Amino acid sequence: MSAVATRSIAERLSSAGTANALELRGVTKLFGALAALTDISLSVSPGERRAVLGSNGAGKTTLFNCITGDFLPTSGTIRLFGEDVTRFPAHERIRRGLRRTYQISQLFPGLSVLDNVYLACCGVSRSRFSFIRPRRDDALLATAEQLTEAVHLRDVRDIKVAVLSYGQQRQLEIALALAGAPRFVLFDEPAAGLSPTERRELVEILTNLPGHMGFIIIEHDMDVALRVAERVTMMHNGRIFKEGLPEEIEADPEVQALYLGGGHA
Amino acid sequence: MTAVSAKSPRLTATTQAPARPATGEIPGLYWVVGALLVLAPLFCSHFVLLQILGWAMILGMIALSLMFLAGYGGMVSLVQLTIAGIAGYLTAILGTSAVSGISLNWPWWLAVPVAMLVAVVFGTLVGALAVRTAGIYTIMITLAIAAAFFYFVQQNYAVFNGFTGFNNLIPPVFLGVDWHNPIAFYYLILSCAALAYLAVLYVARTPFGLALQGVRDNARRMAALGFSVTAHRIAAYSVASLIAAVAGVLLVWLNAQVSPGTVAVGPAIDILIIAVVGGIGHPIGAFIGALIYVILRTFALDALVAVGLSGERFQLLIGLGFLIIVFGSPDGLLGLWTKLQNRSQRGILPDREVSR
Ligand SMILES: Nc1ncnc2c1ncn2[C@@H]1O[C@H](COP(=O)(O)OP(=O)(O)OP(=O)(O)O)[C@@H](O)[C@H]1O
Ligand SMILES: [Mg+2]
Repeated sequence: MSAVATRSIAERLSSAGTANALELRGVTKLFGALAALTDISLSVSPGERRAVLGSNGAGKTTLFNCITGDFLPTSGTIRLFGEDVTRFPAHERIRRGLRRTYQISQLFPGLSVLDNVYLACCGVSRSRFSFIRPRRDDALLATAEQLTEAVHLRDVRDIKVAVLSYGQQRQLEIALALAGAPRFVLFDEPAAGLSPTERRELVEILTNLPGHMGFIIIEHDMDVALRVAERVTMMHNGRIFKEGLPEEIEADPEVQALYLGGGHA
Repeated sequence: MTAVSAKSPRLTATTQAPARPATGEIPGLYWVVGALLVLAPLFCSHFVLLQILGWAMILGMIALSLMFLAGYGGMVSLVQLTIAGIAGYLTAILGTSAVSGISLNWPWWLAVPVAMLVAVVFGTLVGALAVRTAGIYTIMITLAIAAAFFYFVQQNYAVFNGFTGFNNLIPPVFLGVDWHNPIAFYYLILSCAALAYLAVLYVARTPFGLALQGVRDNARRMAALGFSVTAHRIAAYSVASLIAAVAGVLLVWLNAQVSPGTVAVGPAIDILIIAVVGGIGHPIGAFIGALIYVILRTFALDALVAVGLSGERFQLLIGLGFLIIVFGSPDGLLGLWTKLQNRSQRGILPDREVSR
């Protein structure tokens, strides 16, 4: 864990100021004849907080899938902290500091909450292949416990994930993405389906993330999106058609016609 | 949406059993069974010791290797008996047998480890092939490899001695004990089986074991957490192969022979039946299934003849039993047992079950 941490700090120092956290050039993704993404170019600097907005089917989730390596793009390049990761498998990108949450929770229903978070902590550490059980004072286990507490799941940490409520599963989804000191996180509609209280907790978690941890958030809820993001990217039909500060986007007549007026209030 | 905040009283009052019970407390039944197995030589004949209990524990270990892959990893492999067979065959080829023209007469401490190593390497290579497939295709590819190995050893006379195979394979003398002695050999089998069982229970809660269950539950998310899903699956095959290899060596020592019949397709499928009948949800299921299988194989024939039926029907009996159990309880006999236990509100198994 500490070795990984020092290495990533060294990497961070060497790439600081020189490279964008994320850089997409001409990314296109075809599903048969359907162009889910067309010629997407996007730069996000380290530590930046970006919101991606767009109507249903705009290609937001597909964009995330291409960035994390769940899908390979049909064409274009993807750079992560300056490194070309276009052809990297997902786990190699994750080991370089990228994380994501899923729009539809992707958890381990047969394992307990703490085991889920502990697994997430192991994934980017050397001990992912360990055949030794963690001791009570194990550093990764302690991190997992802290993280479980941070997303308000301490009381249910020994419960199987299959029986958690929807809101709790969404919170766990976020915990899995925050494990192992990420440098850049992709949040796919983390607020969808949450109660107002849970939404407030979510905004709190997002705004309290350490400053060096940049993220992109896909969010239909403008309240959440504009409160946590510094810049906004608008997508429509697989293309980016606008990028700017939250207040510019809100005031933009084209955006209002297409999106804000479109029943997504 | 029925979203509930973490502090909801509904959850603190939940009756759901925790997924991580206090470790170190072993249910009483385990002590009883353990004590009976250790004391068995006092009241069991050599036949019961070796041909019933010993054989069941060896088959149980091979089924355990399948349970490890299927129960924790979600990968159904029909090649586990073949892996055991390779370890057995190599023990005969490298070590001492009646076929002096082929056997190399290496000392046991060299022949046995090399035999097991080759079996593990083979199992790992099969794994590397099989993990690229899923579900029914994994079953097909491993079955094809098992069948290919059977025909290969049957037709190869130069190394595998063809149809006849090898006989006169006996456990060696070491640590001052003649392991050919029935009671000593029984204890050797018991120790290996207990060790394999405890090792699987232990590994299930290590990062590797948890990750394997994670791969079973959601491979895509595992990759998104930094795990190489393929590497994890292949490593699981290596671990399972090691268990199967130990069992393979014991198996040829128990039968004093190894031949194509040992690794035929029928017995390879029997391993799956054993694991499923016992219950693929917990390591102990493999041994329960194996004991039932051995008892049926040994006594069903006589029982059928006694009631005036033809003896060959015993396969039918096994098949029928398999159907009844699989339809009655997808988790095998173990599933039935836990259902009964849940009624009396007490846990029976140490550590937790594999959850599906
Ligand atoms: N795996 C897939 N195979 C085929 N088509 C897909 C696949 N994934 C997405 N699509 C299609 O690509 C388009 C973009 O989908 P995507 O999920 O990226 O949209 P989105 O912006 O995330 O929408 P939403 O707001 O509903 O989540 C849609 O038309 C969708 O049907
Ligand atoms: Mg989406």
